[in-house]
Amino acid sequence: MKIDRRCFLSLAGGLVVGHLLSPVPWKMTDDIAIWSQNWPWTPVPEDGPVRWKETVCTLCPGGCGVRVRTIRDRVVKIEGKEDHPVNRGSLCPLGYSSIQYLYGPSRVTTPMKRTGERGSGEFEPIGWDAAITEVTRKLGELRQNGKSHKTAVIAGDDRGTVPYLFKRFLEAYGSPNFIRTPSGRDAHETAAYLAQGKSAQNVGFDLENAKYILSFGCGLLDGCGAPGYQFAAYSNFGEDHKLVQVEPRLSNTAARAEKWLPAKPGTEAALALSMASVIIDRGLHNRNFISNHAFGFEDFTDDNGNMHKGFRSLVSEYTPSKAAEITGIDARRIESVAVEFARSDKPVAICGYYESRNTADIDKTLAVHALNALVGNINQAGGMFVFPEPDYDLPEVQKDNAASAGTEKPRADLAGSDQYPQSRYLLNLLPKRILEARNNDLPVEALLVVDANPVYTLEESEKVQEAFEKIPFIVSFSSFMDETAKMADIILPDHHFLEGSRDVPAPAGVGMPVEGFSVPVVDPQYDTRNVGDTIIDIAQEMGGSIGSSFPWDDYGDFLEKALSDRYRDLTRNGYIVNRDRVSGISDAFETDSGSYEFYPTRRHTADNGDTDKLPAYREIEIPGSNTNNAVALVAYQSPRIASGAVANPPFMTKTIDSKTLKEDKLFIQINPETARNLNLKQGDEAVIETPAGKATVRIDLFEGIMPGLAAMPAGLGHTAYSRFIAGKGVNVNALLRALPDPAYGMNTAWGIRAQLTKA
Amino acid sequence: MQKIPSHTKARHFGMVIDVDKCTGCASCMVACYSENNVSFRDEESAKMLSLNWIMVYKLTNGESFPDTEVCYLPQPCMHCDGKEFGKPPCVSVCPAVATDFDWPTGIVSQIYTRCFGCRYCMAACPYHARQFNWWDPVWPADMEKYLSPNVSARTRGVVEKCSFCYHRFQLARQKAYHEGRPEEIGEDEYQTACTQACPSGAITFGDLDNPEHEVYKLKQDRYAFRLLERLNTNPSVYYISKRKWVHRMADNYLEGEVPAAFAENEA
Repeated sequence: MKIDRRCFLSLAGGLVVGHLLSPVPWKMTDDIAIWSQNWPWTPVPEDGPVRWKETVCTLCPGGCGVRVRTIRDRVVKIEGKEDHPVNRGSLCPLGYSSIQYLYGPSRVTTPMKRTGERGSGEFEPIGWDAAITEVTRKLGELRQNGKSHKTAVIAGDDRGTVPYLFKRFLEAYGSPNFIRTPSGRDAHETAAYLAQGKSAQNVGFDLENAKYILSFGCGLLDGCGAPGYQFAAYSNFGEDHKLVQVEPRLSNTAARAEKWLPAKPGTEAALALSMASVIIDRGLHNRNFISNHAFGFEDFTDDNGNMHKGFRSLVSEYTPSKAAEITGIDARRIESVAVEFARSDKPVAICGYYESRNTADIDKTLAVHALNALVGNINQAGGMFVFPEPDYDLPEVQKDNAASAGTEKPRADLAGSDQYPQSRYLLNLLPKRILEARNNDLPVEALLVVDANPVYTLEESEKVQEAFEKIPFIVSFSSFMDETAKMADIILPDHHFLEGSRDVPAPAGVGMPVEGFSVPVVDPQYDTRNVGDTIIDIAQEMGGSIGSSFPWDDYGDFLEKALSDRYRDLTRNGYIVNRDRVSGISDAFETDSGSYEFYPTRRHTADNGDTDKLPAYREIEIPGSNTNNAVALVAYQSPRIASGAVANPPFMTKTIDSKTLKEDKLFIQINPETARNLNLKQGDEAVIETPAGKATVRIDLFEGIMPGLAAMPAGLGHTAYSRFIAGKGVNVNALLRALPDPAYGMNTAWGIRAQLTKA
Repeated sequence: MQKIPSHTKARHFGMVIDVDKCTGCASCMVACYSENNVSFRDEESAKMLSLNWIMVYKLTNGESFPDTEVCYLPQPCMHCDGKEFGKPPCVSVCPAVATDFDWPTGIVSQIYTRCFGCRYCMAACPYHARQFNWWDPVWPADMEKYLSPNVSARTRGVVEKCSFCYHRFQLARQKAYHEGRPEEIGEDEYQTACTQACPSGAITFGDLDNPEHEVYKLKQDRYAFRLLERLNTNPSVYYISKRKWVHRMADNYLEGEVPAAFAENEA
């Protein structure tokens, strides 16, 4: 039989129709569905007894209490701890995601030694003993050559036992260079030192009891500061609570505030001083506080017979109408907020800590502290608190000659120098100093980095990276392969907080002297070690007076001795509140006058004169040039993006909306009016160029941002960690540049001028 | 057909979300991922392909600076009752009985082993509450260790959605049964992960028909509304906002038409 085309098609058609009429295809579809659902690689999580354990989260300085659901030796869920005084059951997305850091591809699972070029990310595993020997050998060599002062430590915090151990190590070893990363604490600490005479103390705000919160740009609900604490306070807001937000962009905080005052960025000091003038004018200030505990409120003559202007005369220059011109806020609104604030039962004014950038505007901070002093809420429930950290009762550090000589040397970051005598840490100045130095005279030759990721978090990341490339020896103690760990020669990985013990000092900005304690809830998952143990081991292996300054078996033994009588309560409850650390109003001030100094007599000024001691509005000329298509680039914080030393885990990245991040392209927010001037539309690709760097971004039109500004979220654009984290968006820090305060050296730039052009 | 066995107490679980309180922090979303073994990929910005049992949307009133307002709207599965009670849009269209209305709780279930991925339910749902697993889930390195045994991991080819943390109801019911009070489950004993996670207290969950539960009172608030209410899907999720523009965004209003909560004021 001949099979022609017609016959072939009929047969084929018949076959198809025949099959369709039979149950075969339906049976096959069903079978495929069942088969595909029984793929052996679909995990079936093992069941087992459930146990809830409690500890403290240390992924950010917030120090929230958490409860952890474990099944056998696995952690399956994290939740907020109901009875923890900081967060009272609240927890931020980063806390909820922290299991993604316990397990997963970002962890450094064993000590590592660099094998490739610096920064290439090529490492080989090395045993703990070999790694520690390598570190002690390098540090020992430096010390032998009389260069112990060229060793520096960069730490995320200077409080708590781990930073203490590093400070102690440097003291015994012979270096003055313990450097804390810049944060909102710098300005508050300085202001508390100037106005209240308190050195290196915590400044916190009792949001839990405050009734009227006047926030100068704090991202209270945007994930800054201690998010758990702020959320807990907000969740208890009743009808009689008010939140007023001063900020040029409608942030989540501003959106939830009763009033939003979109003042021009950098003019907050003028606004605060103007509110002070309204309060004083109308006699709404706390007369009792002013007459008994204040200095420099009125004009005064000093011992040398020189007349000085007091706070009252100063603020009289900041009339609401003048402030309206500076800030762009209507004068009547300034007046009404000032009056409401002063008349409120428990008002508190806050700034810093929570801002999207780690800037330190001393004038603004002094002005905001002064507002609190005017209503007399220093160390009062619902007010501003200044209190010291708990200290440790431990044997003296033993110092040999080399140690004494080394610690006497000037600091590598210029803090405490003649130029910046009252600053404690100035990490922002260090990269430039390293880059400007000749290779044989570097200010830092060995660097230890703990709980910090400066290569990512410092401004001008590219320059920071170049500077780090010049440092001959870098040791990282990070649990994760972050940008700084990637630059290290040796990584000595710390435990994840769910695996180790550690004390957690009072969270930044929390108005209560709480001390937390985190305990292991699972066994270490990898070959990591508590950083406390590692530094004790390093010290002991160095031997001599260094070793004998560390007379403890291990970190656990040290914790027990250091925390002494608090140890039992801390380990049992997970926290203690040291109420007795807050002094009463009668002995709250340690200034020369023994009062709150509205006129900060000890303030250092660039010209050493005394004209500029009072807080004042001084216009900050941010870096960059003001051309036709210039915008002022500011960073903003989002609760869905972790912007600190620890990057965004995959869960948080999943929550970011597609008008913030789309296919690894980051959106910047600009006002439609700005967009019209620059000929840009929603979703357009554009190039943003600042004196520090350049990036391609996309445009998101947002009515809630002040025209002329461009806002970029902080916390994206990582280059390390894992493929789930790296390569998403742009690191805003790479586009920013620090502007050192002439007298304090800290960064005062609230933004940077940038050219924004269509790509 | 008797839908509720005579020995079972009828409940009607639902949620009331105060939109004016929500800060948009997304803690609910992350707590949900963790509670319900929701998988993730390295590219999550294509939201139509991203798996989320609860999504927090950003709404703006569109006014120009500085009169702009922003609200955040968390949106889980609405667990609709349907126009005819017990017949939500997604249930009616499912050819495999993979999604069903649970009469004793009012929860709309999703049974992954029955689902064969036709996605009719996704087309029928007016809220985009359902998502399809286009890929097999992968938990890199040893992230599988954090998976909860209470919720099964999904495979490629099935639809998934919010279950009001039904496993938590099962655990609470088991506990109550063991303690000899089979029908008495306290309001606190069964709460969804998102409700519990909300740090600003914007979400309230409970039995909408039980006068002792908070949601019973809240759903009667003058400013309570539901999404696309006029489609008669009868969602079990209510929202509260005092802002008229938010109400307007929750349904398709004609120009000049006023949302019910504000009709009186304007009349």
